[in-house]
Amino acid sequence: MTSVATQPGPAPDAGLWDRLSIRTKRVLWAWAFLTVPIIFYAGIRFYPTFQAFWLSLTDWDLLRPASFIGLDNYKTLFSDPLFWRVFRNTFAYLIIGTPASLVIAFVVAYYLDRVRFMHGFIRALYFLPFLTTAAAMAWVWRWFYQPVPIGVINGFLQTVGLPAQPFLRSVDQALPAIMVTAIWAGLGFQIIIFMAGLRAIPTTYYEAARIDGLGEWAILRKITLPLLKPTTVFLVVFSSIGFLRIFDQVYNMTTNDPGGPLNSTKPLVLMIYQTAFSSYDMGYAAAQTVVLFTILLVVSLMQLWVLRNRA
Amino acid sequence: MSTMAVPTTELAANRRDIRPGRIITWTLLLIGGVLMVTPLLYMFSTSLKSAGQVYDLRLIPAQPTLDNYIEVLSDGRFLRWFVNSTLVAAAVTLSNVFFDSLVGYTLAKFKFRGRYFIFLAILSTLMIPTEMLVIPWYLMSSQLGWLDTYWGIMFPGMMTAFGTFLMKQFFETVPDDFLEAARVDGLNEFTIWWKIAMPMVTPAISALAIFTFLGNWTAFFWPLIVTTSRELYTLPVGLSSFAVEQSIQWEMIMTGAALATIPTLIVFLVLQRYIVRGVMLAGLKG
Repeated sequence: MTSVATQPGPAPDAGLWDRLSIRTKRVLWAWAFLTVPIIFYAGIRFYPTFQAFWLSLTDWDLLRPASFIGLDNYKTLFSDPLFWRVFRNTFAYLIIGTPASLVIAFVVAYYLDRVRFMHGFIRALYFLPFLTTAAAMAWVWRWFYQPVPIGVINGFLQTVGLPAQPFLRSVDQALPAIMVTAIWAGLGFQIIIFMAGLRAIPTTYYEAARIDGLGEWAILRKITLPLLKPTTVFLVVFSSIGFLRIFDQVYNMTTNDPGGPLNSTKPLVLMIYQTAFSSYDMGYAAAQTVVLFTILLVVSLMQLWVLRNRA
Repeated sequence: MSTMAVPTTELAANRRDIRPGRIITWTLLLIGGVLMVTPLLYMFSTSLKSAGQVYDLRLIPAQPTLDNYIEVLSDGRFLRWFVNSTLVAAAVTLSNVFFDSLVGYTLAKFKFRGRYFIFLAILSTLMIPTEMLVIPWYLMSSQLGWLDTYWGIMFPGMMTAFGTFLMKQFFETVPDDFLEAARVDGLNEFTIWWKIAMPMVTPAISALAIFTFLGNWTAFFWPLIVTTSRELYTLPVGLSSFAVEQSIQWEMIMTGAALATIPTLIVFLVLQRYIVRGVMLAGLKG
């Protein structure tokens, strides 16, 4: 150290730095680059994750300090009829929404891919809704679903001589009505991804199939769909997660009775929101988020497993 | 259509057969596309109608008027919410472009013990839904005084695992030779990343920037939780509270919805090519 200290030029630490090997220097640079991100991920992602698990075992309500109550929140939740209603709703969004949106998206992408005339314009029409604000569009759809003389859809039904429908006011129709809004909002993204997947299939496969005399239907079944599988798997998992976490549309389309009528549209995320930020029952809400986490994990893993094994 | 010679007459015949079918397909696709934008068209149409004309469901307003816009914009609320959304989205986007790239680059181009662990740890956060973190974030924000502040809205999104993963994929395609040459020239590692590596992945950066911006600009769930005063609402949260207030004045609600939609439509029209390419990039890599 003395030799470094007596040198007139560089500061002592610079001298130390200069003596390090190039390899060590690069490792130090790497950890320097990662310092802030590590603090971020530890403090804003990992710690809160563990905290959510911990809070789910407490009766914390913002006022009194949290005390450990074991699995009581889960027991309460699983014996709450509202939870099972919400559970059913959440899966209804998933089970109808995902297949319906993927089939529509695939059919549109499949035909749009072959269209040359005004291709960009038509593609833009389908893609545009994806870029809108879900909260704003929910209000537009809410207006569409109003009874006559306000609602556009009932106005149309009346013009063509069909009976008016209650839509958001009906226990049976409200959930499908909201689901249509969610499918509409996500369709453009799925179409673009399907089209990217279709483009990635080498044309030589199609040419070979045509020379072999395969018809359009056979080509679709034997070549297009199998080769499109990675895209399909991605979209199934991605859109399932979206439907299981649906919130913006439901919240904005049912503000007078959130999740109504009679909880018939309430998804799990809305239940979490109300438990946490209307009732301030934080421990109970944390238990619900753990259930949501488990559902998302199980559904994604099951889908990946089923779709991977079916080749 | 191309003038490429078709090898067999069979194929040529086949192609001619499809023609009428193609016109029908094209027409159906166009009708479907128009249906997709119908909610937007009706939203704009109604925003241009006076209260008395709302029940007239024709798409073209009989007497279009900008009065609704003047009334909605007059008290400055929407402008404030627009500024809030834009500020928050811009700051989060800058942070993501900087940190996601830096981390992606470090994980792609540096060899050190623990690299794989860090990568897996960051990737594993993709499994955690935001909804599970909002309660701890809310607790943290209330303890640190972040509730109802810009920082409170922004902090959860300052870095994302998805962005990091995307950037890492792209930095892996950058040849080491370029970086090595810069090292020989005596540039430090930060400068090499910022000046040499970053310009080589601009398509990925623009995709990341566009998505982060749009995602945060339209975000609803967390801003709804963390903001309580009107002045700090983002546009989606503000619009929602505005619509509840208006109750059945649909022409006003549609005007508000239009104001929340116009900026994203402008962004789309200007950046359409990048956005579509970005979705494809993100979808294929992700």
